[in-house]
Amino acid sequence: MTSLIDIKDMHKSYVMGSNVVKALDGVDINILNGEFVSIVGPSGSGKSTLMNMIGCLDVHDSGSYHLDGVDISDLSDKELAAIRSEKIGFVFQGFNLLPKFTALENVELPLVYRGFSHKQRKKYALEALDRVGLSDRIHHKPTELSGGQQQRVAVARALAGNPPVLLADEPTGNLDTHTGSEILSMLDEINSQGNTIILITHDSLLAHRAKRKIEIVDGLILSDAEVK
Amino acid sequence: MIFLQSLRMALSSIASNKGRSFLTMLGVIIGVAAVISATGFAMGSTAEITDSIEALGTNKLMVFNTSRQSNRDMSYEDFKEFTEANPELISQMAPIVNGNSTVKYGTANGDFSILGTSPDYADIDDAHVQEGRYILDLDMEFRQKVAVIGTYVVNELFESTSPIGEKIKIDGNVFTVVGILEEKGGGPENSEDDMIIIPVTTGQRIFNNARITSFEVLTTSSEVVDEAQAAIENYMMSIFNSEESFKVYNSAFFLETLEDITGTMALILGGIAVISLIVGGIGIMNIMLVSVTERTREIGIRKAIGARKSSIMIQFIIEALVLTGLGGIIGILLGIGAIIFLISNFVTPVVDPMWVSLSFGFSLFIGLVFGIFPAYKAANLNPIEALRYE
Repeated sequence: MTSLIDIKDMHKSYVMGSNVVKALDGVDINILNGEFVSIVGPSGSGKSTLMNMIGCLDVHDSGSYHLDGVDISDLSDKELAAIRSEKIGFVFQGFNLLPKFTALENVELPLVYRGFSHKQRKKYALEALDRVGLSDRIHHKPTELSGGQQQRVAVARALAGNPPVLLADEPTGNLDTHTGSEILSMLDEINSQGNTIILITHDSLLAHRAKRKIEIVDGLILSDAEVK
Repeated sequence: MIFLQSLRMALSSIASNKGRSFLTMLGVIIGVAAVISATGFAMGSTAEITDSIEALGTNKLMVFNTSRQSNRDMSYEDFKEFTEANPELISQMAPIVNGNSTVKYGTANGDFSILGTSPDYADIDDAHVQEGRYILDLDMEFRQKVAVIGTYVVNELFESTSPIGEKIKIDGNVFTVVGILEEKGGGPENSEDDMIIIPVTTGQRIFNNARITSFEVLTTSSEVVDEAQAAIENYMMSIFNSEESFKVYNSAFFLETLEDITGTMALILGGIAVISLIVGGIGIMNIMLVSVTERTREIGIRKAIGARKSSIMIQFIIEALVLTGLGGIIGILLGIGAIIFLISNFVTPVVDPMWVSLSFGFSLFIGLVFGIFPAYKAANLNPIEALRYE
């Protein structure tokens, strides 16, 4: 299998008032195509920063990051946006759907930015909604959907453009245990269909649902192992 | 595609915030409506004035004595001699002495314009009698106290009696009404019907003023107007020895003056329009900035799922353009409405497509200019912070 995410000695610091916070202090991660990896750590451990780096929302200070063979280090804002659009699918804790749009329109949105035609957008969006089992709710707005359904729409949105990486940041954080478990089962199923999934969480119980667990503390990798 | 999507999003965002959108557009609406109705009014009245100047005729000259020295004068006889010496240029001329006087008939009285002139004035001014007779050369010669009156005067002074042959008092002098003019100016006060015509010689006497203030001259054709004007100016120079002491005007001069005034008016209106639209634009910028802040999270989501800066920028600029464009259209409709229902009571207004498209174009331009800053702000939001925004 080819290396999808290749991070070497990644550093990132932030200036908070007069303090310099080292959010990432030399991180090495290698994730292959088709893996289901969880990144777990307490708050302040640097996992959110790592997610922003992997998701190309921010650029590291030093080290290197190759995503799907592309060197991310020296990309412009515009190129980063294009990478996000083509290679990353985000699933957030707070769902982050646009409230005025229907489920279908929300799922179509990333495809708009990728320049797909109206026909293509609808086709891919309907397929993605079908994969998360929401074919019967496509014209509902987020407020007309339950939390679990909203998160399914968000997963469909992340899947719609068929990006190589699906990045889920505490996807069950706003859901009850039962619904959260359903979402994780769904992610598991999506992974078994070939999508690479990276799950970021503070909950190590949840992290065990992935096939590989990376623990991060104080900006350093503490452990990186298969989940038994 | 991004454009169509943005247009759709802009419309839905405006529709979901109707009250606020309307208030935001109000500045542009008022600005555009003001331009359309003001230009409609201005152009309507300009057209009417132009018509009446052109009605004066293109072969008419007006000669004014502006000299302050009483010892230099242009007398009727001298000027008559001059005109008769130039028959190839001048066909007719009439001297004018005018003033305002209190006129009494029985117990009725009023203030009217008194015009002392010669019989030729009837042809020059195209003002003929509908009843009775005009003043005659004989009246001039004997300084007869006879008067030809306009229909406004008739209506003001005489109720049911026929005015012909009646005695009226002009500043205490008893005049006999010998004729009634045809209605010309539509009848109201200060129009050409608010007029009493008397022999110029009589006029000079009752106004205690031997001086003729002006001559109206009809040239033989409109082609020789310039030549005639030059000849008259030469003649006047020979009398007064000073360019300051007389003025010769033709109707083209009045038209040019009117064009100057219209041009100035257009500039002023344009200025008002620009100012009000800029004020409107500032309002739009204000609301757009609020909107960007309110939608910080939305912008973060859009950026996370792949929106480029330019896509966000386009989205917000289109929203500003839709706001100002819509405001412009409402303003145009409002302005045309004002023209049809209000202004048409005063003048025949003109809806000028140039001003309509200009004001619409300018409101779009304002949308673009004042939309750029908020759009830029939105496009440059940090996606990580924007996603965290509550």
